[in-house]
Amino acid sequence: MGLFADKYPDVSYEEKSRLWEQVKADPRFPTYLYGCYECGICVAACPSARFYDFSPRKIAQAAAREDVELIFEQMNDDVWNCSQCFSCNRCPRQNSPGGIITVLREVSVKNGLKSAKQALEGYSRIIYKIMGTGTQVSPDMLQPDAFPDWGPQVRAVSADLDVWRRALPPETLHTTSTGWQVDDKTIIELYLIWHHTGVMDMIAEVDEGLHMILNDVMEEKLEEAGYEV
Amino acid sequence: MTATADFIPYNAVNTKSSRSFERQAEYAPEDFHDHLFELEAEGEWIVQRVPEPYVEVMTKFGRKKKIPLELTWHHKSCGQCGHIPGYSTAIFWLNRKLNFKYIDPTDQTSCTAWNYYASATSNAPAQAGVAMRNFAAAYETGYFPLIHCGTSYGHYKEVREEMMHHAEMRHQVRDVMKKLGKPLVMPEEIVHYSEWVHAVRDRIAALQTRDFSNLAVTVHPACHYYKLVQEDAIYDPDIYGGQRTATVSALIVALGAQVRDYSTWFDCCGFGFRHILVQRDFTRSFATRRKIQVMKQEANPDVVITHDTGCVTTLDKSQFVGAAHGLDVGVPVMSDAQFAALAMGAHPYRVCQLHWHSTEYRPLLEKMGIDHEKAWAEFQEDLKELKSGKKEYLTWEDVG
Repeated sequence: MGLFADKYPDVSYEEKSRLWEQVKADPRFPTYLYGCYECGICVAACPSARFYDFSPRKIAQAAAREDVELIFEQMNDDVWNCSQCFSCNRCPRQNSPGGIITVLREVSVKNGLKSAKQALEGYSRIIYKIMGTGTQVSPDMLQPDAFPDWGPQVRAVSADLDVWRRALPPETLHTTSTGWQVDDKTIIELYLIWHHTGVMDMIAEVDEGLHMILNDVMEEKLEEAGYEV
Repeated sequence: MTATADFIPYNAVNTKSSRSFERQAEYAPEDFHDHLFELEAEGEWIVQRVPEPYVEVMTKFGRKKKIPLELTWHHKSCGQCGHIPGYSTAIFWLNRKLNFKYIDPTDQTSCTAWNYYASATSNAPAQAGVAMRNFAAAYETGYFPLIHCGTSYGHYKEVREEMMHHAEMRHQVRDVMKKLGKPLVMPEEIVHYSEWVHAVRDRIAALQTRDFSNLAVTVHPACHYYKLVQEDAIYDPDIYGGQRTATVSALIVALGAQVRDYSTWFDCCGFGFRHILVQRDFTRSFATRRKIQVMKQEANPDVVITHDTGCVTTLDKSQFVGAAHGLDVGVPVMSDAQFAALAMGAHPYRVCQLHWHSTEYRPLLEKMGIDHEKAWAEFQEDLKELKSGKKEYLTWEDVG
């Protein structure tokens, strides 16, 4: 049993252990954790620790102690606060709490945890953009209602977007719905990578609707190109 | 002024350091090249060599890193191309002005690492697959990958580590590449564009047409450039005594501007990957309160120069709300490539595309000796020609 009160007593210890075993089985995990001096350098360097009730040191310590109840709590309540800047890699023990969090998040997604679904609410359109088009953000996402906090300049961009894009000398940048022009063949290859590495299964766990839409888009293009998935 | 400013006199602190930094080889990580070439000898993959001519620069623990001057395959950045396109344009413009051959490919996808760090809806083999597909696409052209994005650069180095040390994953990715009809290729070095800028900074300075000696600059080093696989980042004993990465700062020095120090230089910008898209309250607060406001109070810079997509976006766009709340903000932000291009006489709108940036930058242009009203009028004429159909696109020939 862990050092702290179990915040999720409705989830069995066996289930929490199952998830923890998946984290440990990840080939990256052993390179992210070498014990912990409890020095707190990672916390001092961490941007998220300044604004949230969040501590990379606690992440490393819980993992080092294999406190599966606390780790499960962190998977639900903490990991999505991390900025993934890897300032915590300053660790004198060569730990990477940010790397541990990358793996914890992936296990959360693979197992469809409710907290992962909540953390990714509002983010689906971004997943669709990157997986479907091969670029993460596009010029036409710069809309005043999407970025009201970026000021009136966003309105200026969106008002004349097509012309502003054509005023860019690099020929690959005359696009509005993708960051740059990506070949159809290249997109097909990207779709094949998603299908052959289990990413589509991960999407199905966290967002069935998105999975359905992506699958339709991809299958059509792959079939046109002569691939059977 | 804050209490911090009392013991950091900004006008006395720049890139010079009285501390000496002795690199101790016994603490240095092993040079990955031994393993890289062993795997090539065993037929596991092809290593794409850095093409000549190249410049050798020093990395954190003293290893020399080859930076190609030309024959580069430009691995573009999502955020740069999508939201701050003057960034990518300036990189290409510099290559053209230095008469270096390059390819701006359409057979390139994002590294997808922004999404990987934001949502975790991917995994290590998938990320390696994306990296190796792009590397193979570069190899097929004979040109060498030059990575525009700091996150792509950092992530690709993580991928290199994973691919070198996990045979099972390497074979899984090799099988995926076979399905795509592509070879498994790993570049001899993974090179960030800002390392290229660093390597050619004296050539840039030789072509400088604008005097920047009256400019005060604060530098934000990008986290994924020097915190991920840190032994690969460029360091120089003459810049901060080798205590911080020399990339960007050495360019500013070469261009004659003054680098001013500030106490939160190690802090990230607040981008957060997921946060910048769906939880920007954190991003805004961090960028303004831990970075821009501190820079203003301790160093009072004319401009912030950085070398990554997310950093320019976050530090620039976050200032609007800070200003609305009366915070001490209001410093223009741009990349080292845009700064270097302006030094070499580039047009602020046709090349550097500063109208995509949010924070007021026109006083900076005036300090650089640029007539921004005239430049804006020229750009408006370009837009008229594009709108009327007289011209379909603005071309490299148009922008000078």
